[in-house]
Amino acid sequence: MNLEIVLFIVFASICAVSAVLMITRPNPIISALFLVLNFGSLAGLYLTLNAQFIAVAQVIVYAGAIMVFFLFVIMLINPEKEKRFFEEKTKLRIFIVTIVALVLIQIVYVIFISKHFNVVSPEVSRSVQAGTIENIGREMFTNYILPFEAAGYLLLSATIGAMVLAKKKFE
Amino acid sequence: MQIPIEYYLVLSALMFSVGIVGVLTRRNAIIVFMCVELMLNSANLTLITYSSYLGDVAGQLFVFFVMAVAAAEAAVGLAIIIAIFRNKLTVNIDEINILKW
Repeated sequence: MNLEIVLFIVFASICAVSAVLMITRPNPIISALFLVLNFGSLAGLYLTLNAQFIAVAQVIVYAGAIMVFFLFVIMLINPEKEKRFFEEKTKLRIFIVTIVALVLIQIVYVIFISKHFNVVSPEVSRSVQAGTIENIGREMFTNYILPFEAAGYLLLSATIGAMVLAKKKFE
Repeated sequence: MQIPIEYYLVLSALMFSVGIVGVLTRRNAIIVFMCVELMLNSANLTLITYSSYLGDVAGQLFVFFVMAVAAAEAAVGLAIIIAIFRNKLTVNIDEINILKW
């Protein structure tokens, strides 16, 4: 068993377990901390997929900025604790979990049974080449310059919108 | 690259399902938002997986833009939550139903 497989198993299990723990904890702050753990292990998975730049961006943007923002708002408004997951509205929640589990089983069935994935032949050198910052930067500022500018405008409008929405009074 | 692509796809599907369960069952608006972020991340994992296995950079660029959109969405969404909390002193989405017909 080589290192890549060990890393995949470790990160994937952390990822799955922390996702489940995140939606079942009654305390929002603990949920947010489990989501941080989930994002961190996702960054590790991106590293096993040779996507170095996205892994670093995941840690900085998601696990850093966005989750600090979430924790900040949670601590600011201090929402009341909910009950434990299956204690409240038990029937409805069991129903929802059953339906979603059925859909998940169907997806897993399709993923493992369908033969469309045979067209994907992994090539390590090309995949490492695709994930470098140099390559991503070159693509982003040549072929994808218009979406890049649009993302800039989107962030600007989101900043202005957030300030307007969170202001004290609408006038 | 010895790990079959199916394992990554199944992990992504699992995370997406967990996110759906969270959105449908939790009643705290902030946790619903965090579940949406979880679903966005599972889609990102699929994009990165295909990008890596096909040796194509387009998927990783797409993930970069998804991250930008998620940051914008989180900022606006949490501002909306703060505005609602200021008016109604709750973030329980069962009690916030003024748009319900």
